[in-house]
Amino acid sequence: MNNFSLTQVDSAEEAVKTARLSTENNRYIAGGTNLIDLMKYRVENPDHLLDINRLNFSEISSLPDNGLRLGATVTNADTAYHQEVQKNYPLLAKAILSGASTQLRNMATDGGNLMQRTRCYYFYDTATPCNKREPGSGCSALEGFNRIHAILGASEKCIATHPSDMCVALAALDATVQVTGESGSRSIPILEFHRLPGDHPEKDTNLEPGELITAIDLPEKGFSQHFEYLKVRDRPSYAFALVSVAAALEIDGSTIKDIRVSLGGVAHKPWRLPEVEQQFIDQQATPQTFEAFAEKLIAGAKGYGDNDFKIKLAKKSIVRALLTALEK
Amino acid sequence: MKVLNNITGVATTRVDGRKKVTGTAPYTAEFNPANLVHGYIVNSTISTGTITKIDTTKALDVAGVREVFTHENAPLSVKINADYSDPMAPPGSPFRPLYNDQILYNGQPIAMVVADTFETARYAAGLIEVAYNTSGKSTTNIKDNLDRAFTDDDLPDPPKPRGNAKKAYQESEIKIEAAYLQPREYHNPMEPFATVAQWDADEERFLIYDKIQGVASSQGYIAGIFNMEKEKVRVLSEFVGGGFGSGLRPQYQLFFAAMAAKVLNLPVKVVMTRKQMFSFGHRPACFQEFKLSTDKNGKLTSIQHKAYGETSQFEKYTETIVDWSGLMYACENVELNYKLVPLDVYTPNDMRAPGGTTGMYGLECAMDELAVKAGIDPLELRLINYAEKDQNEGKPFSSKELKACYSRAAEKFGWKNRKAEPRSHKEGHTLIGYGMATGVWEALQQKASAKAIFTAEGHLTVSAATADIGTGTYTVMAQIAAETVGLPLEHVTFKLGDSTLPKSPIEGGSWTVSSVGSAVKMVCVSLREKIYARAQETHPELFAESMIEDARFEKGELSIRDGRAVSFMEILNADERKSIETSVNSEPAENRDNYSCYTHSCVMVEVHVDEDLGMIRVPRVVNAIAGGKIINPKTAESQILGGVTWGIGMAIEEEGMMDDREGRIMNANLAEYHMPINADVQEIDVIFVEEKDEIVNPLGAKGLGEIGMVGTAAAIANAVYNATGKRIRELPITLDKLL
Repeated sequence: MNNFSLTQVDSAEEAVKTARLSTENNRYIAGGTNLIDLMKYRVENPDHLLDINRLNFSEISSLPDNGLRLGATVTNADTAYHQEVQKNYPLLAKAILSGASTQLRNMATDGGNLMQRTRCYYFYDTATPCNKREPGSGCSALEGFNRIHAILGASEKCIATHPSDMCVALAALDATVQVTGESGSRSIPILEFHRLPGDHPEKDTNLEPGELITAIDLPEKGFSQHFEYLKVRDRPSYAFALVSVAAALEIDGSTIKDIRVSLGGVAHKPWRLPEVEQQFIDQQATPQTFEAFAEKLIAGAKGYGDNDFKIKLAKKSIVRALLTALEK
Repeated sequence: MKVLNNITGVATTRVDGRKKVTGTAPYTAEFNPANLVHGYIVNSTISTGTITKIDTTKALDVAGVREVFTHENAPLSVKINADYSDPMAPPGSPFRPLYNDQILYNGQPIAMVVADTFETARYAAGLIEVAYNTSGKSTTNIKDNLDRAFTDDDLPDPPKPRGNAKKAYQESEIKIEAAYLQPREYHNPMEPFATVAQWDADEERFLIYDKIQGVASSQGYIAGIFNMEKEKVRVLSEFVGGGFGSGLRPQYQLFFAAMAAKVLNLPVKVVMTRKQMFSFGHRPACFQEFKLSTDKNGKLTSIQHKAYGETSQFEKYTETIVDWSGLMYACENVELNYKLVPLDVYTPNDMRAPGGTTGMYGLECAMDELAVKAGIDPLELRLINYAEKDQNEGKPFSSKELKACYSRAAEKFGWKNRKAEPRSHKEGHTLIGYGMATGVWEALQQKASAKAIFTAEGHLTVSAATADIGTGTYTVMAQIAAETVGLPLEHVTFKLGDSTLPKSPIEGGSWTVSSVGSAVKMVCVSLREKIYARAQETHPELFAESMIEDARFEKGELSIRDGRAVSFMEILNADERKSIETSVNSEPAENRDNYSCYTHSCVMVEVHVDEDLGMIRVPRVVNAIAGGKIINPKTAESQILGGVTWGIGMAIEEEGMMDDREGRIMNANLAEYHMPINADVQEIDVIFVEEKDEIVNPLGAKGLGEIGMVGTAAAIANAVYNATGKRIRELPITLDKLL
């Protein structure tokens, strides 16, 4: 672990200003459940940490349009067990509770969850090349151990996946990420928040340098009737998803009025294709429809050897999650 | 002479439990002598080659850094005439840290920073720059290197072939051929390896706190390296947070801590990181081939079992893998082979039920395949071929209540409800399967010594240099002593984990109760005799005419037939001699050689497999054990629960993932190296069947540390077949293999 200094900031303005003014390598820290590990492994070597836990981002509050605002420093546990979340966004609660462990969820924050870095073995091991950790050094996973790696949207530079469960549900729910930075505040739709690796796998998100997440907004529609978060993994708790599915349906009789499906464990970001969803509106909610939907959602999937199984697994998981959501 | 105190055989809470749960039981890394400095070890990032340059300048410039040790400045004294062997070292040349520039495996310790704080040492360690010359290709995959397998005089011979297995196999109509592969597994006890070493320059003595499964092991190792008399090395290890075999041999942090403490003349603490817990001994990867055949009645006509285990390039580590196949079942034609494959890895190390869990995984899966082929219930096949005597040695068993294990497990589990046809038991998306396997482990006994001191205050202290690696040694030994002498448990203290105590074997092989327990019983019998002799002098009016055989030792009193009694304290306080002390050396009885001594078990499991997604759950396990007398049913059950949990891990989760390009383990942390968590472990029923054994040792007790694991992985694999119709012959059975 690097030597570093830490400042507790008292306002977002101060945080953003400090982050901007410093010429050093800065990181914001909230729960620290991922960052501290990465620092111990020398994957992240910040000179300076800005502790944002004192900022007033620790509330869950209603929005004027009947949506819900999750403050950036609300813990994952407090979010999952919040009455409004449980009632209106059970998909989100289930996704959060399927992730990590009780201890981690008590510490980890909602903003931090968005900023989790990949679990790629090579990213974590500074003895091996990794374009995400050290741009230009190469991707060890391409021809290495890639059982947990991406089948969709990967590039020859990087086949890592985003490890979050929460973000998969947020993607299905069309959440919006509120950020503030040097040039003011802005809203980023969740689907535009994370990036595909392309030529710059070192960039996980579209945040500008120094930008700080202040909240995550959920729209009114929570799909609280027909939903499922299915997490397929190697053990029933404390394991990252091989494939996860956040599925949400709005059904009229047996007709699909709205369908949202987002995948975890398969790409560098939660994988959702709204244009595919549009094609299925007004179709009958049947296993056949869901199979056709799954085919389209994972069209173009590519395996890299150890992870070939994920293609079949993703398809089966999508169908299972949609059927479960339908039966609810 | 009668003992009426019923202390053994009664479920007893751990005597050290309160200390452990209140955090007052000191573990190695918690000792902080004055002026302590901290070491942080740097490991190699290649598996084979040489270090061409190791630049420590930047690390040495960090404020608070005392020294950086590398092969370039390690003291000559640990290179010349230094013996790196330890009591458990296999044949070969033990690894010598910092000996030269050679790299023998990926993760090899190559440097250590010593600094005033752990954090400073860790930071500085990251500033060391190492350049390597990588010579040749790294060779770490057992399956790809079977052509390099060898056997030589250093390897123990497997049992000699009997009959003609090849011919019988050819002539049989019902036969199977199957090969099984299992990956490296890593012990990962909760407590990482740690050493706090102190050097007394005036007396030229070491005082060392070490995490180890037997203080004699560390003591011998250090004495050999530093060319010292063993008596000048005192090793303490009173509490050990799990071992599972990883602590049978000293690990490299011990060398580094002791070497630095001596050179710097300062107390040095070195604690391994979790990642470093993957950088030494492990359960070896193993490839096994079986050919089995039966006649139409299910009687085995041949067994051929060949195993390939990995070892390092510098030591020949062997396990007993194939012998079980000759032992377990009545069969006249048996051929067993065992070979080693040398790879660029660290020498494997015994890991819970070493060899047994591996060999029996293969054998019991193969037996299941044979049962399916023959159309016979798997349990029935075992009963048809039940061995009434040791098939390898031709000896009778000292006791073998395996049939009772089979029937008790079957009854509890509901084996009769098993549907023989795979995929025929289904609820919703869940395929349900039943599987079973036999377990076996050798009931060993080693030489051991013990000492007893009974003070005038009425307190008995019994001691031996054994270990309690979480198994319950403190409790069980106190129970044996209290019962034998006739004292309440609270009046007995058992001391262990100190090399100045009477010699004791390392804690492993499930032999501690059998070996040390026998010594404790013997020393307490001797103490009883001394109490009686003293009583004859101090209370002649009571005991002058009586015989010890007629006396009773109970509740702290010595009484004779007519009911008259005198308390032990009265006897001891009757004259100025006060306390009584006695010591014994115990060893296995000669008669034992005429018998084969084994612990047996029957494991039955239910698995649930998602038909589409392949996820496996193990909702129910029944494990029936024949382990002789159960000294403490509570700690004994815990041992079996732990063993079964390990079996679940072996079957469906554990795998050290090696990137063979660099021979580097890629999942060296507890997030990615999966082992069972609470949600994996559901209903486990432990049954101890009645088993009387007057041969095995004076206690009639067999060990229980390993048996709970043996057979469990096979039973799960067999249940997965029963559920899905898929025979997965490569562990762990992860969901991708079932899709």
